Amino acid sequence: MEENKRLVKVPTMAEMAANGEEPEVLFWVGCAGSFDDRYKRVTRAFVQILEHVGVKYAVLGTEESCTGEPAKRAGNEFLFQMQAITNIEVLNAYNVKKIVTACPHCFNTIKNEYPDLGGNYEVIHHSTFLQQLINEGKVKVQGGEAFKGKRITFHDSCYLGRANDIYEAPRDVLAALDADLVEMKRSRANGLCCGAGGAQMFKEPEPGNKDINIERTEEALATLGTGNGVIATACPFCMVMMSDGVKNKEQEESVKVFDIAELIAQAEGLTK
Amino acid sequence: MIQLENIIFLIVAGLGIGLFVWQIRKIRKNILIGRDVDLSDNPSERINKTLLVAFGQQKMFKRMLPAVLHLFVYVGFLVINIEVIEILIDGVFGTHRVLAFLGPLYSALMFINEILAALVIVACVIFLWRRNVTRVPRLATGVEMRAWPKLDANFILITEIVLMLALFAFNIAGLKLVQLEGGEVAGSYPISQLFVNIFGDNPNSLHIIERVGWWFHIIGILAFMNYLPSSKHFHIIMAFPNVYYSKLWPKGKFTTNPAITHEIKAMLDPSYQPPAPEVDAEGNPIVQRFGAKDVEDLTWKQLMDAYTCTECGRCTSVCPANLTGKLLSPRKIVMDTRDRMEEKGEHPAIFAPNHYKELGVERVQTTDEKTLLRGYITPEELWACTTCNACVESCPVNIDQLSTIMDLRRYLVLEESAAPASVNAMFTNIENNGAPWAFSPSDRFNWAEDLYVPSKN
Repeated sequence: MEENKRLVKVPTMAEMAANGEEPEVLFWVGCAGSFDDRYKRVTRAFVQILEHVGVKYAVLGTEESCTGEPAKRAGNEFLFQMQAITNIEVLNAYNVKKIVTACPHCFNTIKNEYPDLGGNYEVIHHSTFLQQLINEGKVKVQGGEAFKGKRITFHDSCYLGRANDIYEAPRDVLAALDADLVEMKRSRANGLCCGAGGAQMFKEPEPGNKDINIERTEEALATLGTGNGVIATACPFCMVMMSDGVKNKEQEESVKVFDIAELIAQAEGLTK
Repeated sequence: MIQLENIIFLIVAGLGIGLFVWQIRKIRKNILIGRDVDLSDNPSERINKTLLVAFGQQKMFKRMLPAVLHLFVYVGFLVINIEVIEILIDGVFGTHRVLAFLGPLYSALMFINEILAALVIVACVIFLWRRNVTRVPRLATGVEMRAWPKLDANFILITEIVLMLALFAFNIAGLKLVQLEGGEVAGSYPISQLFVNIFGDNPNSLHIIERVGWWFHIIGILAFMNYLPSSKHFHIIMAFPNVYYSKLWPKGKFTTNPAITHEIKAMLDPSYQPPAPEVDAEGNPIVQRFGAKDVEDLTWKQLMDAYTCTECGRCTSVCPANLTGKLLSPRKIVMDTRDRMEEKGEHPAIFAPNHYKELGVERVQTTDEKTLLRGYITPEELWACTTCNACVESCPVNIDQLSTIMDLRRYLVLEESAAPASVNAMFTNIENNGAPWAFSPSDRFNWAEDLYVPSKN
């Protein structure tokens, strides 16, 4: 099997610039995508897709730093702007025009909040990017795992959905899998938060009678019904919260939490 | 022919309108306590939004039953006001049904009026039922639903029913009188027709009933108008400007503080010249707090939000924190802002909210500080927010609850360094490692190791 695979050398902006090249698109990996063991698998799946379709991309590698998003949501505007202004200097120095990211929080911040500080880029979330690849026929969603008839429910990320009105792109991506897509009662603009946004990811919940991710996981499990199923996410924080929820409900044998990029990479046969 | 009755009417109407203007000026003054913000951009988009969301009730229809009932009351209010104009003209000039010359159009108008008035009564009865019998949770529960908000809501509904009944009494008695006199009826009255005999056929008493109905309706309307500034019902006016000035950019975009930008740029580049600080009328530089501690730190739009709130609780009913038993209730944030504004600034004729402290609501650990933060809204509430925008999405009148929560949070962090310890640890990680977790920045690219893809044949 080894001869059927090739090792990927992920290109960095620094290398490209040294060769006088510019990528079509910068892949902004984000902190979760870089450090969180679970979300690193999403990053790798997305890179496998980029490599597979031959998109000319690059990453910042160790030059990337936190967008400042969690600081901003926690009220630390000073730290946010420090991070943002530093990142914008790096991005502008490389003459970056287009950015794709698998994190709705990075996406929202770079797209909506960097322009005020001098960072103007075309920013797209990986759900939209994957939707485009599928529409263009570059990703055929075949050759790998079959999802036909499998029950999948999509959990909307607040920063993709309500924050930026992106509801259809991730659903279109999932529709390409020919799976049995089921909607939770609270979906799209009425979607329930996983509980991690607004810097909640980094603190204990305030006193209450339930954790938000449990409330949401119960809804997802009820929607999927009995048997095997998938909760699809498109956000690293949602991924953590929903996975924890499924574990808490002791359903991790039958219900898996996957990012939409992982599902596409699996269906395309890229993860073997 | 102008009689004593008309002069009395003029005086009453003048007093009612004058008092209303006086109250509106107070509210305007309160709203202008807020920081200035320029929202004069994109008038066409704003008008469009106002037509859809305010006039068109677009967001109400996320919940069908209350939307339809509310539509009856809303359309009823708009259309019946045409008859009120007639009542005013009749009152001033001693005429009777002055618009009757419109002929068939007048008949159609009166016909629609009667149907709508009946629907308003039906809707208000169901609303009272929902509040007091079935007790819909968002209307009946929550720490912010103190005695006054509950009384206010019921009072409004009962008043609306009484006003409609007065209108019917006026129509029924007038109709019977015309029938007794054998004259021609101006207008068409499908509901009154059904009850045309309930007041008997004594012309004298019918005339009195007709006059009492008329006076009751018009005085009721003037009183109601002057009650509005003390009530959640003020939304019937504020909904329109509030939607007009609502946020046009994506909900995920939070405000950027330019003062901080200048500070950072000066820090990174010593040659950077920040613009001269803004000065007040006396030439003293305006020192602005970072974030919001009290109402004057919020923008006039955020204060306008507070006067627009109908206390419907849709925001709170979709708040993930509130749904899971946390103290945070977006509606409370908005109601607290209004209460504090009226404590600090002007207050209208009747409004006298009771404070959580006086009520002994144990869960809300407010202090004696005379500020919005801590005096009304506690850090526990602010730290429960996930910034998910569900409240903003749900509000039928485009209130931005989240922006107020964020500004209060910013004050806690930027002016008091009062973030929870774990959040402070996250800040430190970002400062030191460029990530919210304690990982070494040199490991950031390790995810790319040993990554394979199938080679293409």
